[in-house]
Amino acid sequence: MTPRWKVGLIGGLIIAVVAAAIYFPILRRRVKRAARLQQQSEEQARRELTQPVTINPGDPRVKTKLFWGSDTDDSTLVPVTVELPLSNDPVLRSKQVLNTLFAGPVDADLRTLPPDAVLLELYILPDGTAVADFSEALATSIPSGIVSEQLAVDSIARTLEANVPQVQRLKILIHGQEMETLAGHLDLTGTFIVNTKPAQTPPKPGNR
Amino acid sequence: MLLEVRNLFRIKIFCPLGLLALVLLGAVLVSSSLPPAPAQQPSTGSSAPISAGASQSVTPGSPVSTPIAQPQQTSLNIVVLDPAHGGTDPGARGQGGIRESDIVLDLAAQVRRALEAQGFQVVQTRQGNENPSFDDRSATANAQRGAVFVTLHIASTGLPGTVRVYVNSDLPAVTEANGLIPWDRAQAPFLGLSQKFGDLVQGMLAQRFKGSPDNARTAAVRQLRTTAAPAIAVEISSVVVEDRTALDRMAPGVADAIARGVAAFKPSYVIPAGPGALP
Ligand SMILES: [Zn+2]
Repeated sequence: MTPRWKVGLIGGLIIAVVAAAIYFPILRRRVKRAARLQQQSEEQARRELTQPVTINPGDPRVKTKLFWGSDTDDSTLVPVTVELPLSNDPVLRSKQVLNTLFAGPVDADLRTLPPDAVLLELYILPDGTAVADFSEALATSIPSGIVSEQLAVDSIARTLEANVPQVQRLKILIHGQEMETLAGHLDLTGTFIVNTKPAQTPPKPGNR
Repeated sequence: MLLEVRNLFRIKIFCPLGLLALVLLGAVLVSSSLPPAPAQQPSTGSSAPISAGASQSVTPGSPVSTPIAQPQQTSLNIVVLDPAHGGTDPGARGQGGIRESDIVLDLAAQVRRALEAQGFQVVQTRQGNENPSFDDRSATANAQRGAVFVTLHIASTGLPGTVRVYVNSDLPAVTEANGLIPWDRAQAPFLGLSQKFGDLVQGMLAQRFKGSPDNARTAAVRQLRTTAAPAIAVEISSVVVEDRTALDRMAPGVADAIARGVAAFKPSYVIPAGPGALP
């Protein structure tokens, strides 16, 4: 227990503390950056996960109604019927029709949704509420306004209504968060009525 | 030698201990330096469902019940004009530097003059380039008695030169146990009146602006949901015009149509008899 080594040890510890104090902010920045990167790559990963869901050629081809803008009246939607192989599973089916809707019409002027927006995740609650989580681009790239925001939500809701009878209501999340509005106008705090029919439509015999 | 071994031993113990302490200290500092995550949680939660019963802030709650107290005496004499957006929120933006927030403020001044000429008193939710919250704007309206609410917008899209009127889409009317209408769906008892008011204003606008619809449409407009009065949104198309003179030229016609619409609505203005009772 000579004081010399004690002094050395304390000195060493002080140096370590000073070094840590200098290094600490750098470390903190790195941790923060890593957290950000992780968040980004999570979205990336989710995108990669959601994209291949699109279409399984083995599924039966069915007439699918997609609601895009009208070339005669730019405040209404018109259904476009395409044949797609769709799953009978309501969640998969919802993802398939929405991914096709978001891919957009041939005529870009009839788009109701921003080209860079994607569906990140979708699930259906037991009461028939489809909770759809979209990438931030849906809120940031959409032209701000009542008419444009309503067309965007309506094209999603009506496309679900026409193709997935199990979906009764729609709740829209943006990157996992509930938003007050889509882009300053349309209320996203509630759910949108998709299907006014009282109960879940049982799958038709032979449909499954 | 023995001393050296003991030293090494001590260092081997103290160093990890010191590091552990530092790590703990670091963890405490990191967690205290990253407050936004837990802090945001309540703020996003409170922005959504603000009900009358919640002890949320000054205004929500009581004003919603005030018009119900004296159903007969009130007649329509106040128009609350809401120039939407403002401050850091410019709203819709056009290529020529057109900002929705600027144009609706100028439009509000013209609508105000047209309404005052008809004998109505006008209250504005903002006078300059500030951005009150949706709830603050609704609170301005909900504090008035005998008022209607008009929020003014310029669209990003739509046929230029047309104007559309919106009323809130269906809100299930819910009454709380204490008889008050929840703040977050204050519009519910007024939906019928709002539709009538909207149709009248839209009809006046359709006469002046060809290509505009004949009837008010419904949309889930956030601003209307918390407003306890007949309430409409008026949206002019659009910011895609090359310069704002095209929109400025529409302003007197829009102002006149709104004023005439309010005057035409005045005889139908009856405050809903009680909470949940639809007109
Ligand atoms: Zn607006």
